[in-house]
Amino acid sequence: MSLNPPALSVSDLRVWYGTTRGPVRAVDGVSLDIKPGETLGLVGESGCGKSTLGRGIIGLLPDGAATAGEVLFEDEDVLRMSRRELRRLRGPGIGLIFQEPMTRLNPLMRIEDHFAETLKTHEKEIDDDEVRKRSLEVLAGMGIPPTRFRQYPHEFSGGMRQRIMIALALVLRPKVVIADEPTTALDVIVEAQILGILADLKRNFDAALLLITHNLGIVAEACDRVAVMYAGRIVEEGRVPEVFGDPAHPYTRELLRSIISLGTTGLHYIPGAPPDLIEPPTGCRFHPRCPDAMRVCPERFPVQVSPAPGRRVECWLHGPEELIPGGGKAPLEREEIAIADEA
Amino acid sequence: MPKQTTSLRTYALTRLALAVPMFLLLLTLVFLLMRVAPGDPISAALGGRLSQEELQIRREAAGYDRPLIVQYFEYLGDVATGDFGTTISDNRPVTGMIVQNGAATLELTMVAMLIAVLVGIGIGLVAGRYRDTPVDVVGRLFGIVIYAAPIFFLGFLAQLVFGKWLGWLPTSGRASPVVTFELNTPTNLFIVDALIAGDWAALSDILKHLVMPATTLGLVTGGIFIRLVRVNVLQTLQGDYIEAARARGLSERSVVFRHAFKNALVPVITVMGLQFALLLSGAVLTEQTFNWPGLGSELIRYLDNRDYIAVQGIITFFALVVVGMSLLIDFVNAWVDPRVRY
Amino acid sequence: MKTQRRGPQPAAGPTPPVRRAGLFGRMIAPVREASGLPKWILWAGIVITVIFVVLAVFAPLIAPFDFDQYRSVDGARFAKQAAPSSEHPFGTNVQSTDVLSRVIYGSRTALIVVLIAVAFAMMIGVPLGLISGYRGGRMDRVLLLIMDTLFAFPYLLLAIVIAFLLSESIGRGVMSAAISISVIYIPQYYRVVRNHVLSVREEPFVEAARAIGAKPRTIVRRYVFSNVVQSVPVIATLNAADAILTLAALGFLGYGIQPTEAAEWGYDIQRAIADAGAGIWWTGLFPGLAIVLLVTGLTLLGEGLNDVINPVLRRRRLKRVEIPVSEKTT
Repeated sequence: MSLNPPALSVSDLRVWYGTTRGPVRAVDGVSLDIKPGETLGLVGESGCGKSTLGRGIIGLLPDGAATAGEVLFEDEDVLRMSRRELRRLRGPGIGLIFQEPMTRLNPLMRIEDHFAETLKTHEKEIDDDEVRKRSLEVLAGMGIPPTRFRQYPHEFSGGMRQRIMIALALVLRPKVVIADEPTTALDVIVEAQILGILADLKRNFDAALLLITHNLGIVAEACDRVAVMYAGRIVEEGRVPEVFGDPAHPYTRELLRSIISLGTTGLHYIPGAPPDLIEPPTGCRFHPRCPDAMRVCPERFPVQVSPAPGRRVECWLHGPEELIPGGGKAPLEREEIAIADEA
Repeated sequence: MPKQTTSLRTYALTRLALAVPMFLLLLTLVFLLMRVAPGDPISAALGGRLSQEELQIRREAAGYDRPLIVQYFEYLGDVATGDFGTTISDNRPVTGMIVQNGAATLELTMVAMLIAVLVGIGIGLVAGRYRDTPVDVVGRLFGIVIYAAPIFFLGFLAQLVFGKWLGWLPTSGRASPVVTFELNTPTNLFIVDALIAGDWAALSDILKHLVMPATTLGLVTGGIFIRLVRVNVLQTLQGDYIEAARARGLSERSVVFRHAFKNALVPVITVMGLQFALLLSGAVLTEQTFNWPGLGSELIRYLDNRDYIAVQGIITFFALVVVGMSLLIDFVNAWVDPRVRY
Repeated sequence: MKTQRRGPQPAAGPTPPVRRAGLFGRMIAPVREASGLPKWILWAGIVITVIFVVLAVFAPLIAPFDFDQYRSVDGARFAKQAAPSSEHPFGTNVQSTDVLSRVIYGSRTALIVVLIAVAFAMMIGVPLGLISGYRGGRMDRVLLLIMDTLFAFPYLLLAIVIAFLLSESIGRGVMSAAISISVIYIPQYYRVVRNHVLSVREEPFVEAARAIGAKPRTIVRRYVFSNVVQSVPVIATLNAADAILTLAALGFLGYGIQPTEAAEWGYDIQRAIADAGAGIWWTGLFPGLAIVLLVTGLTLLGEGLNDVINPVLRRRRLKRVEIPVSEKTT
């Protein structure tokens, strides 16, 4: 591990929002590491806290949010940084690519101006020629011709705008790139192009990539490792072929079963609704919807174990045996989740 | 769908073409309004003073005995050539009257607009940036209260305080009688004329007369602008590209000034320009309050005298100004915001 | 386990219709939930407006004298242009009438005229906007052009001309003032309603209703109207504030209410301008302050409602939260 220290190391990160009903525990104790050149996929349902995690890592949270834990980047804790240090970090240190590209560029500024502003903010000595050279270079890598450098955002399609956003992030040569659902708003063909570009990141820039998505197909194609998130916590993590080939956590298994492919004959879905982040279920947060729930599951919070090297999972099905009380392994009895309860 | 930005020229021509129907509609409206009153303008204005034969002669001369449709097209023709006729009550050529008094109104409204824009943008930007802080609350309240104060009430207070009690400023007219008599007025914009003549004493006198009316009108209009600017700043600051800019490590100052403020002001420019109509309404009140010899006070005077020819001329002119202003604003907007050109 | 999957979340913004009772409750809910600054603004507006409504309704009981009364009960004439005193707290004006009474009766005039004017404008503007927005086509384009033209023209000039023409036919009075004021505000209601209809018309639930064969009238009534109606109270309130200023302006210029018919603040100020030269301040100050106060109150009410109802401006109150220190769990 010391031979190849992680580019980004998150330890027990919590991000809570205060609301009138109580604190929303969007991220509730997340730890993960990403090595340079590695792509880590972060999957989960809508509302499980993925986007908050992505933003929390660079401190881009609204005023009422509180954070705890540690985010180590280049031996410094991002959560403890001053405003100025954060600004210096964002961009050249850690870059963030957003979800909907249509509205992420200033409509009154040319693409050229976007690049000039970004580069000059972080590299004060840079001159105009250098700005132009580097911008055109990275845009060319995205397939955007130099003739369009002086155009306005509205003259580009959604896919091209996303490519411009990626270029804008990459021109600063960040060590870590966080991509928050970069292809959700785009059609499949454009999605494939973007994924290809992101795959090149590894090769050309040696950047670490945190790919946040709800699409398991993308993860299978583009990621080295995958972390599955549920109710603000990582419930399973490991290398993609292992996790997808032999999922350890019931949630992961159900997610994989829900994927529609050519062989699908019937719709499979996970019953129940996403958990309330203000008052999450007791014990294991997935227990109300888990087909394999046991008696111990609502009683005690599962302990993280490592069923195989390089994998971790948080589920009583994998022990540790000593901590499960007698009779805890019996199946959990519960009433049908009535329609009314879900509403 | 990506589209190419059309040239400014194409846009201008297109907008001009579209403005014509609105202008025609306005003219028709004016024409109809002036004919709605019973009888004809000549009798209405001079009925008691002239004999029937003389009235008939005048009527024929002015064309009021012809069918309505004919009168309509004559009216349109007159507008096209710029001939608005002669006033009934005091026999002035209407065009000349418009030029002379129009300049007075122009001077008043231009300075008032300047004040309104400065007040509106200055306070609105700050209020929006520091939302929900005391600065914001005071700014908003100021905007609301100042707009709630009728122009003539502010004028009354101003005349009382600055005119009577403090004695600093004159309370009526554009300039003192001496200056009015002596100053050569080629453009009829007194400030310009004084500058041309190099007459500093006259300029000072003129400015003293201009301060109260222009500030009163400007403040009240500025009150609306504050609200406008503030709302736009708030909406802009919530924009996605603002968050994206912050994620790229831009300083808060950069984000606020270069992205938020600039983008917030673009729609505001349009609306401010369209408020020019509001300014004209306010000008009428201001002129009455301060005895400012502009088109507004002339309108009231001619209306009281039932001088429909003069009234028609003035209102037609106002319609022209409004359409012209709206075109100008559209043009500026297209120049500033590249998305608008189609 | 036989269970039903939970349906998709309804989108924020235009919502499918709920039962009538729910509609009112939905409108009141944001008002009750308001906290902090928007709440103060709203309540300040409500209080001020209510005070004036009370003054207007109970004017004969509250005002010490009649609005055109220039002598006391025993026939003695009031002093002319007398400064404020215990007998006349706001003084008297050039016609020897009591300023305080005129201010109180003035609120009655203002509220009556404005109520009629706003009601007229709404009754004409809203249905036109609904039909125009929903039907579209040539009628819509023509109406839009007319309304835009009316809207672009300086409002006061329009009001003056109409008031003037009406005074020739039906005479000066409450009705002619109300009509001239209402005409200038019709385009505003038309535009807002039409824009709202245009955006709601494209919503999926309207398309779905059409797909199951609902008649246009039903669609408009059930789905479009209830959504649109939400924005009308805010506009009506801000409209009323504006209308009071317009009424006062007409009164100032002499095209408003006849002085014998009712007391009107604008008219009073016009008479007071001449007094300013002589240093007499009470004849103009009090009517003016009344206008400022009432218009401010109505504006605060409208802005308060807007802050509370409009989701764009409504700020989700994020409270400070402390994360309890706990054992590391991962």
